[in-house]
Amino acid sequence: MKLEKVIEVGDLTKKFGDFTAVKRINFEVFKGEIFGFLGANGAGKTTAMKMLIGISKPTSGEATVAGFDVKSNSEMVKKSIGYMSQRFSMYDDLTIKENITFFGGIYGLNRKQIRQKTESVIEELQLQDVADKLVGSLPLGWKQKLAFSVSLLHEPKIVFLDEPTGGVDPITRRQFWELIYAEANKGTTIFVTTHYMDEAEYCDRVSIMVDGVIEALDTPKKLKEQFGTDSMGGVFLKLARGPQKP
Amino acid sequence: MGITLQHISKSYKKVKALDDVSFDVNPGELFGLIGPDGAGKTTLFRILTTLLIPDEGIAEVAGLDVIKDYKAIRKAVGYMPGRFSLYQDLTVEENLNFFATVFGTSIEENYDLIKDIYVQIEPFKDRRAGKLSGGMKQKLALSCALIHKPKVLFLDEPTTGVDPVSRKEFWDMLKRLKEKGITILVSTPYMDEAALCDRIALIQEGKILEIDTPENIVKNHPKTIYNVSAKETYRLIQDLKEYPDNRSVFAFGEYIHYTHSKENFNPEDIKNYLIKKNHQQLEIHPAKVTIEDVFMDLASQHNTEGN
Repeated sequence: MKLEKVIEVGDLTKKFGDFTAVKRINFEVFKGEIFGFLGANGAGKTTAMKMLIGISKPTSGEATVAGFDVKSNSEMVKKSIGYMSQRFSMYDDLTIKENITFFGGIYGLNRKQIRQKTESVIEELQLQDVADKLVGSLPLGWKQKLAFSVSLLHEPKIVFLDEPTGGVDPITRRQFWELIYAEANKGTTIFVTTHYMDEAEYCDRVSIMVDGVIEALDTPKKLKEQFGTDSMGGVFLKLARGPQKP
Repeated sequence: MGITLQHISKSYKKVKALDDVSFDVNPGELFGLIGPDGAGKTTLFRILTTLLIPDEGIAEVAGLDVIKDYKAIRKAVGYMPGRFSLYQDLTVEENLNFFATVFGTSIEENYDLIKDIYVQIEPFKDRRAGKLSGGMKQKLALSCALIHKPKVLFLDEPTTGVDPVSRKEFWDMLKRLKEKGITILVSTPYMDEAALCDRIALIQEGKILEIDTPENIVKNHPKTIYNVSAKETYRLIQDLKEYPDNRSVFAFGEYIHYTHSKENFNPEDIKNYLIKKNHQQLEIHPAKVTIEDVFMDLASQHNTEGN
């Protein structure tokens, strides 16, 4: 069976003035894959991700996401993907139900779909008792689980997760990854960044960016063999010790 | 010249941020406060740095009372809050100068203390602080917190959101500061950093779950943990969670950490169960306990008691 490509990136480059933040990166991500996108602070991860989600124009190179070109068709890219970041959770002074309704509306769901989705999200995350509480009153871990479900409301082919588990307690962090696994099992592609090296092990494949370049890309197992170390933390330390930048 | 806390409690309206917290940090110790967001770590820092008054309890820093002697404490401690709190519009050097002047000293006077750290950002001393990368901001903030040669240093999540390489460098710096005799209280949500402290307190929902050296916390953990792995991780987690008398099933890097609720557990039984479920490339063997295992175990017990 031939694997369906959900992301295709060719020589993708982004320059800011005379500084090249992303230098001709190439990779593919497949349907249902959990793809870890790692790198040190300032390595160019966020810049690369912004181009893939259609909010930053590449200086040169190509990228196709969910079948759409990020340069010529960025609006369709935005409609076809889910996105969640560590910072932007949801509206703290709306209830859980109101947030789901709001984002459902933004994603263009009709009333019936919103009603069904609200029920299924609340049941899946077992939020029945707090569905009418303000999101601001929830613990961070619950917010992040909810934000993940909300990013999937319009059933995107691919979801981008930017450090979804930063600061989350260890038990909730694992529950979060079980949600990721379940979603990938349904065929959704997961593109995720993290600073937790144990989470890198949960990915099907991992890429590591250093100074704007993808220095390594493989399964966690093969990366560990390649760098002769027994953990992804070891791989990361060997690779990412690039020159210091201001 | 350490830190003492006795029965400290603090509530915000209905939320109990700290609930009867007591512990001591010895002079010259590198003490870690380990817990997730919302555990109460920042509230504790704010009390110890005299920015917040506790509802109950007594706290002393460097032999000074946090309420009565708040002015003296402010002179004797360095504090690096979780959020970057330097002046974005001032340059690196201006920020450092400002903090030195406020504390009635100069960069030259205590340069020895910050030298190791400051040389790394000195090439950018004319750059505005707001334009620095995350790792550089963190080094500048630490330099500013140290410039008046504090007896006690408070670092609230200095490494949150920082990549593993920069985190490692930061901890190397802390070790060197400790050797200079400064008492350090540092908080972190990263459990792997706990092992780098002299002693740690595990904290969740305002309560201290355990206090000891990282070695003892791991050594005294009463449960045997098994590493389990198979080709399909997600299905493996599901099946382990359905195994009778399972106690905990947590993904842990390349393995699943499994504990059993009964004493007479034979790993062969679970292996046979998983073989019947058609799992490929099965591996099962005892695992090395980590601080994170202990934390999750204590946290789930704590939650069960709470219900």
